[in-house]
Amino acid sequence: MKNTEKLGTLNIDSTLYKTRISSKFEKRVSYRAVNPKFILSFIPGTVLDILVKPGQKVKFGEDLMILDAMKMQNQLKSSIDGTVKKIPVKKGDKVSKGTVLIVLE
Amino acid sequence: MAIKSKLRELQEKREKILLGGGEQAIEKQKALGKRTARERIMALLDVDSFNEYDLFVEHDARDFDMDKKSLPSDGVIIGTGTIYGAPVAIFAQDFTVAGGSLGLMHSRKITKIMDHALKMRMPLIGINDSGGARIQEGVNSLAGYGEIFFRNTISSGVIPQISVILGPCAGGAVYSPALTDFVFVVDNISKMFITGPEVIKTVLGEEISMEDLGGARVHSEITGNAHFFSSSEEECFDQIKKLITFIPWNNSQKARPFEAGEPLNEFNINKIVPDDPTLPYDVKDVIRAIVDNSDFFEIMENYAKNIVIGFGRMGGKTTGFVANQPLEMAGVLDVDSSDKAARFIRYCDAFNIPLITFVDLPGYMPGVDQEHAGVIRHGAKVLYAYSEATVPKLTVIIRKAYGGGYIAMSSRHLRADFVFAWPAAEIAVMGPEGAANIIFRKEILSSDDPDETRKQKIEEYKQKFANPYVAASRGYVDAVIEPSETRKFLLHSLAISENKSIQLPQKKHGLPPF
Repeated sequence: MKNTEKLGTLNIDSTLYKTRISSKFEKRVSYRAVNPKFILSFIPGTVLDILVKPGQKVKFGEDLMILDAMKMQNQLKSSIDGTVKKIPVKKGDKVSKGTVLIVLE
Repeated sequence: MAIKSKLRELQEKREKILLGGGEQAIEKQKALGKRTARERIMALLDVDSFNEYDLFVEHDARDFDMDKKSLPSDGVIIGTGTIYGAPVAIFAQDFTVAGGSLGLMHSRKITKIMDHALKMRMPLIGINDSGGARIQEGVNSLAGYGEIFFRNTISSGVIPQISVILGPCAGGAVYSPALTDFVFVVDNISKMFITGPEVIKTVLGEEISMEDLGGARVHSEITGNAHFFSSSEEECFDQIKKLITFIPWNNSQKARPFEAGEPLNEFNINKIVPDDPTLPYDVKDVIRAIVDNSDFFEIMENYAKNIVIGFGRMGGKTTGFVANQPLEMAGVLDVDSSDKAARFIRYCDAFNIPLITFVDLPGYMPGVDQEHAGVIRHGAKVLYAYSEATVPKLTVIIRKAYGGGYIAMSSRHLRADFVFAWPAAEIAVMGPEGAANIIFRKEILSSDDPDETRKQKIEEYKQKFANPYVAASRGYVDAVIEPSETRKFLLHSLAISENKSIQLPQKKHGLPPF
């Protein structure tokens, strides 16, 4: 251990420790609560079909979109009773995991 | 005449097969910085100690024109030899022959040497360098992998099993190394993954290079699949040889003793650890100040660095060390470090290697990511491994031993045989700051000067509880010792634990939380 090294600080039970901070800890994604108004891709894939239009009323559990991923056609369902506000993707788009596919309100 | 020509026939047959996949394929192999399979075996084993078997084995696949192809030795070399006189069974896949692909006979050669290793109770070393299943041989190739995995599992904890990844090792093939005790990887040469970059790109649209997906660094720093990282095959072989000196040949023996030697003077045990428990130091220096010749052989050096594991010798005898590392993430226990420590503890227990644990940790790591990654289940592995271990267990509490971390780190309550604490040890349910905030919450809140009251209460708590004497008064700590007495106490405890004997209840097997 070199004396000149710059160390980070870690808080455990209100005590602040001088220590090296791992890159895994630094790169960790902060937790965000799930917002049911955003339909996200739970897996990377291709938008095969969009079954609703902006402004359309939808019921909880209604099919909104078909996402083709891992050789499976996955039905994405509505998480609330509401209205389709926005569809930021179009048919044929390749999307990565966590992409917003449909916004409800 | 007959015998002479028969000798010549043997020589000719051998020479042809010894060329493996031919000069062109060998050149290609070398251009990648790789040795041939046979060169690797020779580099690893004692000179002239290698006996090769099944040189003349050939495949008998018929489909896809395979009957027209001759694959010398079916792409794998097997045999036995010695490393510093210790017997080893070894196989090395030959990438120059059909890309080291695994067909039925190839796998039968490997399982033959595995059976031999188990029967003769000697270590097994597997050098992996293979494109994967030999597709032309279909399900026979899958059967081959299955037979290997089964033997890896059955031999586990009976003989040491070492995997050396010196080329690609992809798809199902990765599970043989994953089932073995120690995995060695070499920078730019080793590649391990279940699905390669091509498939990942097609199916998921994610682009990544082979190196970034499953290279040597990835497995020694991120995944924890590899235990030893090196930058050349030569360095890798030196690591394997050194490891062999620390471990026994099988689970009914102890590792061979060496001549004892004192630690080096440059590691002064009185000067390593700062008094302030929030300041870091390198716990490896503490280990080096204790072990013979200050020679500490670290395992998984670059993975979950908040815990340190490895071998050293005490009075000439192999000892396993587990130590919290305050220099990295304050030495907390988390998902990865628990997993790393627990497996090592079980290794030492399986192979009759006594354990010395150095404790200095603030507890388990808080955070949503840790909780959601299952820190409960993974953290429990440490408790399980220490509780179950029947080898001599010695514990030295250096400074902090708080909460669940105190219990987990080879405490008296998990049946440590000897627990020593340094005078600066703080054995408490949590750190003074946290504890004072909870116990004296009302006093602090109702005070005219909350900050001052908090400071007072923290100090009060420190005086009363942040020391080794409360635990010592209950017999949880056997002796409070000066740092400079540590080696003496440990050597004595190890010596008198030599014939430790404990019988656990009869059972088929326990259910560790994995």
